[in-house]
Amino acid sequence: MEAGEVRKIVFDIIEDVALDEDLTNLDDSLALREQLDLDSMDFLDIVMELKKRHKVEVPQEDYPRLATMNSCVEYLTPKMQ
Amino acid sequence: MTEVTLPISRHFTPSETRYDAIIIGAGMSGMAAAIRLGMYDKKVLLLEKHSITGGLNSYYGRGKRQFDVGLHALTNFAVKKERGRPLTKLLKQLRIPYDELLLVEQQYSQINFPDNTLNFTNDVNNLINDIGDKFPHEVDGFRKLIAHIENFNEVALDNPYTPAKEVVRRFIKDSDLLEMIFCPLLIYGSAWENDMDFSQFAIMFKSIFLEGFGRTTGGVRKIIQLLLKKMDEANVEVCFRNGVKQILTQKGRAIGVETSRGEVIHAPMVLSCAGLPETLSLLDKQENQNSLPLPRTGKLSFTETILITNTKPKNLSFDPTIVFYNNRSYYKYQKPEELFDKESAVLCFPNNFKGDDYNEGVYRLTMMANYDKWKSLKDTEGSAYIDQKEMVYLEGIKLLKKMIPNFSEDQVLFKDVFTPTSVERYTGHFGGCVYGSPDKSRDGSTPVNGLYVCGTDQGFLGIIGSMLSGISIANLYGLMGSSTRAKMGPETHP
Repeated sequence: MEAGEVRKIVFDIIEDVALDEDLTNLDDSLALREQLDLDSMDFLDIVMELKKRHKVEVPQEDYPRLATMNSCVEYLTPKMQ
Repeated sequence: MTEVTLPISRHFTPSETRYDAIIIGAGMSGMAAAIRLGMYDKKVLLLEKHSITGGLNSYYGRGKRQFDVGLHALTNFAVKKERGRPLTKLLKQLRIPYDELLLVEQQYSQINFPDNTLNFTNDVNNLINDIGDKFPHEVDGFRKLIAHIENFNEVALDNPYTPAKEVVRRFIKDSDLLEMIFCPLLIYGSAWENDMDFSQFAIMFKSIFLEGFGRTTGGVRKIIQLLLKKMDEANVEVCFRNGVKQILTQKGRAIGVETSRGEVIHAPMVLSCAGLPETLSLLDKQENQNSLPLPRTGKLSFTETILITNTKPKNLSFDPTIVFYNNRSYYKYQKPEELFDKESAVLCFPNNFKGDDYNEGVYRLTMMANYDKWKSLKDTEGSAYIDQKEMVYLEGIKLLKKMIPNFSEDQVLFKDVFTPTSVERYTGHFGGCVYGSPDKSRDGSTPVNGLYVCGTDQGFLGIIGSMLSGISIANLYGLMGSSTRAKMGPETHP
């Protein structure tokens, strides 16, 4: 899977989890938590959605790698091959 | 009133004998927990002994009219996308868009004492200004109290019980003002008499004074409708008119339940929103011969009078949304000696939100009541129980006349009175108590592994707190792995 497709997958999940947020101006290089109202429970939901929809497991020690959109794509792309 | 029709389910019997989780009670917290577990593919069975959902916050119909009972207002008001607010968090967790709530704010509410009246809105500055006018020497202390509460972590699970009045006295010297501040917070959620735990006080202070009141257009039905839709999407199986006869255990672990219809259903997780003593009393008698003493039964119960009138309060020049009325020099929040306490009440005027979907005038009056006295009347033959309900109604009329000079009994088209025995019948709470036992399990654990409790009873205010409690407990024990749980801990932010 290409980086662009992975970005779309993550984007769709974030859009569902933070359902009232406007993601049009999301900066892929900045921390998601600083741009959107996402707390630790929401990150857990992102991880659970990845597992539910795409069977991708994110072990807890890797949670920091979901900090920005860029780091999500970089981390998840190899896992989605 | 905006018509919200809810389906009547005729599903009584579980379709299978094994689930990932069984939830006891389709109150607000049970439904929210069921949605969370179902969302992540857990097979969930929700057992409800009545024929409708909502638990303590319920609804009924008479003719063309629809009534809400229990819930006066939604606390924890937030505007759309307001960050870090419990309401925003709840909606995200259940994936309910804010706009679907059709939420309207209160106009203003009033704390009405013999010598003073304070008004508050969803902007705490209005309360600060009113305190500045009426208690000028206390306004700095009140600001400091707000700062103290804002910096206090009321959801830390290791906060020891601290009497709130002791803490608040460090900031507020005038005992009249102190009593006025406590009045709405006690009657809207304290399981303790006359005082409360400071953590609980902070939760309630934020929910009511810092966040405020709102109402979903269509009332409690609107919320229940949204929850039912989500439960359906999450494939939650709900059985109505089927309660729990006993919770089955094996070697100190919950393994399932026997339903009131006699089915034996297994699950590794049993989550109850029935209340702590009520849940523990369902434990399998044979396995739990030497069970621990049950937690105390809560003492606080209420009467509620509902009136429909041919004229709305605003046409009588009366516009507050909720009035916390007290006729004593102090606020007596305790189980009354008599059937009900005539000297204080909460009056809710649902027409007086900033948006009114009723065609008629609606008045709701809540008074503290003595369960034991009502229970013995109920068990007595003759008309004593009905006669006393009429007394509750007449006291309510008297109070409304005192508060609204143009109010008259002739305007009343319909009346209904609920008593502590009604609360007991509809909620199954021992003693008809409304805010649960003073003994709480804030982290939802019980002496039995695999058995958890959630809901308002565990110290979370109103339906927002109740649903967040269900969500937190479902996340913590149902969705997180044990290693995640150890690291993150329970996030029971109400």
